[in-house]
Amino acid sequence: MTISIDSQDPNTKSLQPKGWLRYLSFSLDHKVIGIQYLVCGFLFYLIGGTLASAIRIELASPMSDFMPRDVYNQVLTLHGTIMIFLWIVPVVNGAFGNYLIPFYVGARDMAFPRLNAVAFWLIPPSGLMLVASYFVEGAAQAGWTAYPPLSITTPQSGQIIWIMSVLLLGGSSIFGGINFIATIIKLRRPGLKLMQLPMYCWAMLGTSLLVVLSTPVLAGTLILLSFDIVAHTGFFNPVLGGNVVVYQHLFWFYSHPAVYIMVLPAFGLVSEILPVHSRKPLFGYTTMVFSIMGIVVLGLVVWAHHMFTSGTPPWMRLFFTIATAFIAVPTGIKFFNWVATLWGGKISINSAMLFSCGFIINFVFGGITGVALAQVPFDIHVHDTYFVVAHFHYIVYGGTVFIIFSSIYHWFPKVTGKLMSERLGILHFAITFIGFNLCFAPQHWLGLNGMPRRVAEYDPQFQFVNQISSVGALLMAISTIPFLVNVFLSIKNGKDSGDNPWNALTPEWLTSSPPPVENWVGEAPLVEEPYGYGKPISQEN
Amino acid sequence: MFNKNFYLILIISAVFGISFWIGFNVNLLPVEASINAPIYDELFKILFIIGLIIFIGMTIAVIYSLFKFRKRKDQYGDGIALEGNLSLEIVWTIIPSIIVLIIGLYSYNIYDRMGGMKELNHSHEMMTSNTEKIWAGISQASSNEFASNNLSVEVSAMQFAFLFNYPKGEFISGELHVPVDHKVSMKMESKDVIHAFWVPEFRIKQDIIPGQPTILNFTPTKVGKYPIICAELCGPYHGGMRASIIVEEESDYKDWFNKNTKTEVSL
Repeated sequence: MTISIDSQDPNTKSLQPKGWLRYLSFSLDHKVIGIQYLVCGFLFYLIGGTLASAIRIELASPMSDFMPRDVYNQVLTLHGTIMIFLWIVPVVNGAFGNYLIPFYVGARDMAFPRLNAVAFWLIPPSGLMLVASYFVEGAAQAGWTAYPPLSITTPQSGQIIWIMSVLLLGGSSIFGGINFIATIIKLRRPGLKLMQLPMYCWAMLGTSLLVVLSTPVLAGTLILLSFDIVAHTGFFNPVLGGNVVVYQHLFWFYSHPAVYIMVLPAFGLVSEILPVHSRKPLFGYTTMVFSIMGIVVLGLVVWAHHMFTSGTPPWMRLFFTIATAFIAVPTGIKFFNWVATLWGGKISINSAMLFSCGFIINFVFGGITGVALAQVPFDIHVHDTYFVVAHFHYIVYGGTVFIIFSSIYHWFPKVTGKLMSERLGILHFAITFIGFNLCFAPQHWLGLNGMPRRVAEYDPQFQFVNQISSVGALLMAISTIPFLVNVFLSIKNGKDSGDNPWNALTPEWLTSSPPPVENWVGEAPLVEEPYGYGKPISQEN
Repeated sequence: MFNKNFYLILIISAVFGISFWIGFNVNLLPVEASINAPIYDELFKILFIIGLIIFIGMTIAVIYSLFKFRKRKDQYGDGIALEGNLSLEIVWTIIPSIIVLIIGLYSYNIYDRMGGMKELNHSHEMMTSNTEKIWAGISQASSNEFASNNLSVEVSAMQFAFLFNYPKGEFISGELHVPVDHKVSMKMESKDVIHAFWVPEFRIKQDIIPGQPTILNFTPTKVGKYPIICAELCGPYHGGMRASIIVEEESDYKDWFNKNTKTEVSL
């Protein structure tokens, strides 16, 4: 039985609002919840992007002259927190996971639809609370890492609101993770084997395991930190005999896996997009599955590479160097397989494809600097500098955000039944790709030559390169305009896409676009070969 | 005219050639002013070249595929139904594993040459009399030659300044003066939040932690004035938390040291 009882109940259905109002309701439909996650995440992306622009304006000149210094620290703290917890994690997991996973397993909804609605509706209040904390006594200003004792000594209300907000978001993430694991394991359509699932299911299974295993550690850590702040306990307060490095270990035990919580779903999504637009099966399915699980296992034992200068003993530095560098192996396998997927295909060069290829190029670059950063002697010079800032933006923006855009172009016809404009899409890609590389590539040099991160002022010799970076940031801000225009114009007057504009074989395309409330009229189809391009199954379509 | 393999070999050698040329000719790093710096730059050069080869190679593969296998206007249908190739998978598992392993062993060697694998440096005077646990930062391999004129400085960091205490001269300075080619040993502790001691020209960095002293050793090799930068977010004026390290000839250093010792306190 793959049908959730809630969604079958006719009374429940009739109580659900119709039209656009259903997006402002506790809807139990996984597709509505997916769109709620996506739109909510995008609104926070605009807020986080505005904060990023403020940072780049401040850094266009060497002096701290655009905003007060403590406000600058609040801005960089909120920028990091919003982009991670309110944009990337909810969108690559919550938005696409909720929309796609029930289709992929052949179910009519997620395993726990009510928990699903709760998970989403925790996000807007905690996000608003976080942003509003600026107006209380100033937002948190200890960075998104909130290292004590700085986080204990800065104004308390902002830091406490930050902790509560992150706790709520962490709760939302755990609810989502449990739901995905249950759906993928238990709600599969009869006859559908695990090794026949589309790759995004495997990515979400791995990601959800990381969420469920590591997020509680962050929650516990932040609760202890809040005790230190409000009740003056001494867990992390050195004045009271606490140990500040223990906080870093606990924090990174979650926050390194968080990187994989942000990139593994993107790896899954790109594995869905590339085969469709290059008309070729996904290359090396089995090795892709094993490499995801390899990344999950290794991802849990590499956290101390964020602490190479914190005073860690030599054996620990060595262990974490080797473990971290080895993540490059399963990750590399995935990239070679994607290039092999393109090889010999019949590639449609469209917006989804371009963003996916941009992702490959950017992520390979970020991965290479990542392997370098894993080496202790290398890291000791560049740790906490703009080199690191450049590296992780190559991973999370050049990697994951490129895939979010790619996915929007790919699944927009599924959700709306309309095609997006390819011209505006390619323009969007071009400005984003140039702006992104102009913004972040020069920052590697800044870090190597002596510019630390999280500073409002810097040496005058770095001004020119910082201005190049700011111009790149300006282009990135501009690039959202063609995207938004494209979305609104396409919703309003886009060409009808038909049910399956890409002739894709994955199950979500085997129903109408947009899909009916319970996904399929009649039984869910059994898709044994979601990547059977070039085979008889594909020719039938 | 030529077969496919010829072009493949040509492209691969071009990628290697360009990567090596850039690696050896483009300098992205500041001046080398400590024993650590040339060792670091050697590692950087190797990682830079390997990184360039992989990056340029992958980028060419992606752009070539997009161009060569793009769907032409009159084309319909699918590409070849190629689902995988076990020997290729084995190749691109084993080769990266070997590269990663070699880089790991090599960086272990670099780290050891920087003195990082040495447990605590027991020649440090302040530690022999003291049983408290001190975590070592990166340190130079000690030689007997330098052990006799070992130079010890106590660093205390606070929002938003560094203070350098010279226990032998019983004075505190806001500038760090050190003689060239002598090993300096620093015991660092923070008075409030976490700070970090970073000298880009020396390629060294160590967090300065409240309640947990850390040790950092280095040997400057070039006379000059270099910035000491706080690299850990420590509050609103974090970006302005700077000091200078002045590396000078031994005689100049002695003059400075004696002058300050006589006047007792110099801030």
